[in-house]
Amino acid sequence: MILLDRVSKSYSSESEPALERISLHVEPKEFVIIIGASGAGKSTLLKLLTREEKPSSGKIIVGGIDYDKLKDKDIPLLRRKIGTVFQDFKLLPNKNVFENVAFALEIVGMSNREINHTVPRVLDIVGLRGKEKRMPLELSGGERQRVAIARAVVRQPKILIADEPTGNLDPKHAWDVIKVLEKINRYGTTVILTTHNIEIVNKLKRRVVTIKDGKIVSDRANAEYHES
Amino acid sequence: MMRRAITFRRIVRTGIFNLLRNAWLSIAAMAVMLITLTIVLFSIIANATFANTIAGINDKIDISVYLKDDVSNERRDELISDLKELDNVKSVDYLSKDDALTKYKQDNADNTELLIAISQTDNPLPASLQIKPRDVNKIEEIKAYLERAEIKELQSDETSYSGDRKEAVDKITGATNFLRRAGVVGVIIFSIISMLIIFNTIQMAIFNRRDELTIMRLLGASTWFIRGPFVVESIMYGILSAIISIAVLNGLFVVSSSTLQATSLGLLDIDYANRYFGDHFWAILTMQLVIGIFIGAASSIIATRRYLKFKAVK
Repeated sequence: MILLDRVSKSYSSESEPALERISLHVEPKEFVIIIGASGAGKSTLLKLLTREEKPSSGKIIVGGIDYDKLKDKDIPLLRRKIGTVFQDFKLLPNKNVFENVAFALEIVGMSNREINHTVPRVLDIVGLRGKEKRMPLELSGGERQRVAIARAVVRQPKILIADEPTGNLDPKHAWDVIKVLEKINRYGTTVILTTHNIEIVNKLKRRVVTIKDGKIVSDRANAEYHES
Repeated sequence: MMRRAITFRRIVRTGIFNLLRNAWLSIAAMAVMLITLTIVLFSIIANATFANTIAGINDKIDISVYLKDDVSNERRDELISDLKELDNVKSVDYLSKDDALTKYKQDNADNTELLIAISQTDNPLPASLQIKPRDVNKIEEIKAYLERAEIKELQSDETSYSGDRKEAVDKITGATNFLRRAGVVGVIIFSIISMLIIFNTIQMAIFNRRDELTIMRLLGASTWFIRGPFVVESIMYGILSAIISIAVLNGLFVVSSSTLQATSLGLLDIDYANRYFGDHFWAILTMQLVIGIFIGAASSIIATRRYLKFKAVK
């Protein structure tokens, strides 16, 4: 589903590379956690996957799309196949819950009838039924993140990328969000999650990839992580 | 195809919604566009009216050649056809002695004494040829021909060139040419200004909503899905301004045509302008719409370009 082959990324020629010869293979329906300190290169890795950044060298293939052959005008089509969740939610502040989720469908030209049919079902999955009319500012952090997840999965992407989705949340809400991600993974979506919350890592017991100074230092299945 | 139609409708709807949401910015952008289009409109109508005025005056300029009574019909016809051969001659009209008398009587119908006096004698008026030149500024050729000795001897009186009128015509032509040029310059300057202002308005709108645009990009919105509403918004400025400018001018004609006629010193024939506006209404409206839409679309497409580029850092 995701294949990175010796991928490096430098933002400028003077500084240390943000990522150095990263190779990673993720199977369909896998749940992969990427951990590492701030600045280790987690976000850069995700930005390469959503094509916000181009690698300096190496090959990236996601869902059969070779990024070397991807034209700028096809980037929107790629992003529609990947769901993305951000630490800061990135909800549209002047749209309510329903409209925020519906927006992802409007972009792809879905009819209002289809939208009215699909959005409530997804809001159900993330546990926000009955809050359709709320504005983002009226919601708790956890609820906002669940709106963002609903928006990310409403187009039924094969891959969901969650960049520190719990970074701004208290433990209870953080766990709610993680449970939603697990549920989505059970429905068959590949999930890539970055976090530095060790508790979550240990509770989930999934494949854990550790990045340090732009390199993968460990890649273990069913991993628990203990501070050394 | 269905999806495209849905997307197009959404783009238009969002554009109109944004126009209403940014009401004050919209009004500012539209005001400048309105001024531009109104100047365009005034220039066109003034231009047409001046052209009409000049044509009218030029038409009145002719050369009168008075013939002696003893010139034979053959010689006269020969002269007419020779004159018609000349490049700058538009038409030659023959006015016989009888015609001249009839015209004279008509012209002086209320002067009984004169009429009585003229009926007492044989017709004293000479037959004449009225020559209309194609270009009033180039009558030298005709003049040279008429000055030739063999032609000169056919004439009873000095040729009349309406020369006094020509000077006035030259002045009017000069003034109108200047006004025309000023109109063109004004149109260009105001077009540029309104493009810059719309450009700025759109950039400000984009700046206010840059987070939103980033989110749209991350969710996979296509370039036109994001740009479309801005373009629709600016095209709406153009359409509304075009309609308002036409309405303003129409209102001016309706309300104050007599005042305008009085103050324009006869240089601008308001009745003609009004008629011209009426006759060409749809063409003028279409042209205003085209200009407005062009200014709006061009400036918003340029304004959105920079913000919609994908990062290409390698």
